[in-house]
Amino acid sequence: MKAPIRQTLISLHDAGVSFSDTRALRGVTLSLQRGDRLMLVGANGSGKTTLLRLLHGLQQPDVAGTLQTHALVPEGRAPRGAMMFQRPFLMSLSVRWNVLLGLWLHGVPASERETRCQQALQRVGLASLARRRARELSGGQQQRLALARAWALQPDILFLDEPTASLDPGAKREVEALVQDFAADGVTLVMSTHNLGQARRLGTRVAYLEAGTLVVDRLVEDFFSGDDLPDPARQFLKGELPWHT
Amino acid sequence: MNDLAQGLSSAARLLSGADSELWSVVALSLRVSGTACLIGAAVGLTAGAWLAIARFPGYALVVGVLNTLLALPSVVVGLVVYLLLSRAGPLGTLGILFTPSAMVIAQSILVVPLVAALARRLVLLALAEGGDQLRSLGAGRFTTALLLLLHERFGVLTVLLTAFGRAIAEVGAVMIVGGNIDGVTRVMTTTIALETSKGDLPLALALGVVLLGVVALLNTVIALLQWRSGAPREALA
Repeated sequence: MKAPIRQTLISLHDAGVSFSDTRALRGVTLSLQRGDRLMLVGANGSGKTTLLRLLHGLQQPDVAGTLQTHALVPEGRAPRGAMMFQRPFLMSLSVRWNVLLGLWLHGVPASERETRCQQALQRVGLASLARRRARELSGGQQQRLALARAWALQPDILFLDEPTASLDPGAKREVEALVQDFAADGVTLVMSTHNLGQARRLGTRVAYLEAGTLVVDRLVEDFFSGDDLPDPARQFLKGELPWHT
Repeated sequence: MNDLAQGLSSAARLLSGADSELWSVVALSLRVSGTACLIGAAVGLTAGAWLAIARFPGYALVVGVLNTLLALPSVVVGLVVYLLLSRAGPLGTLGILFTPSAMVIAQSILVVPLVAALARRLVLLALAEGGDQLRSLGAGRFTTALLLLLHERFGVLTVLLTAFGRAIAEVGAVMIVGGNIDGVTRVMTTTIALETSKGDLPLALALGVVLLGVVALLNTVIALLQWRSGAPREALA
């Protein structure tokens, strides 16, 4: 396991996101450190996905807020991000071509693409299905392919939007193991989840959102100990973990 | 009914007897409409993909005009192209009026709006499903739109088949700009119109059968491709 160097990769200050009349996020101030495994929790519509999209650069903050990406030290380049969506979009092509396409879009030289594609598929256990049509895979296999496509890009930050939401327990475990594996390689994670057990297992930090506001952002053990949590977060924790007092 | 039966039987004899006049008309029709469709595909798919992602002042007006052009009357297109290509027209120096090139231009103008409008709708629907994910992989907006056309290739094939059907079945524009000259610009539809007016129903019916057969054959080829690729059957529905 690589020891991550503590440094800020992304900082948000007073950032909000609006869609027409709806404010999906408001006044979010947050910094993402290298090596973090930040878990975003909260009810549906609390702004988790919008925050992920904002951090990944798919969404621009409203004028008042700022989003800054910091160069990696010692690499001296901007961190590479990759995102895995709740329902991965796979082109109606083969498994292999879906990974190769991602590499091509990311500007990876042609000479490296095939090797990186094979490595990524091997890593998620799909090498033997490389020539199968991606859309014929099971839900769990499709999530693993989406992970392979993201991992092949050699990201510094992996954004995951409820990656196990619609999977059976076996597939959920497989995806979770892969995510842990990537984190162990030093990839910084930002992941939204409804599963607090998963947040506890995978996270080093937990951020709780409610109605577009970041209510609390704590180290995972501090969050789950429940000490001095703001009321909304404490109530959420009680709702999700009925044995928690 | 008797005329129809006799006509069909004579048509069958013409088709089985490899009548050279019949097949030269068929070949020219396929060449003209095929070329118009290729041009329509290149221009229409690009324009449709771009319109799916572009936003500019007057965008709604452009889309409205494009949708209106779906019902563009072929005789109007024929008339406009005739005026442009006639000796006194701005493109008269090209000297292509009453040639297959003029017919290709007229049919291209007819199919481009059709391909563009349907391609735009295909891309818009696919964007909702996968646009953000392709962009997150690094694709620019236009690249995303083009990739979604690739993703929806069976839908695109259906669009192109529709365009080909419109081109090959069209009579007004090719009659005006081609002049229906025997052996030069005579295609299936203009021959059907001419032979019917002359009362020669067997040749007209034979060409009608070929016309339907060509479209049915194309449809079958696309369905086979779809079946081999395992694409959902609704793609061609």
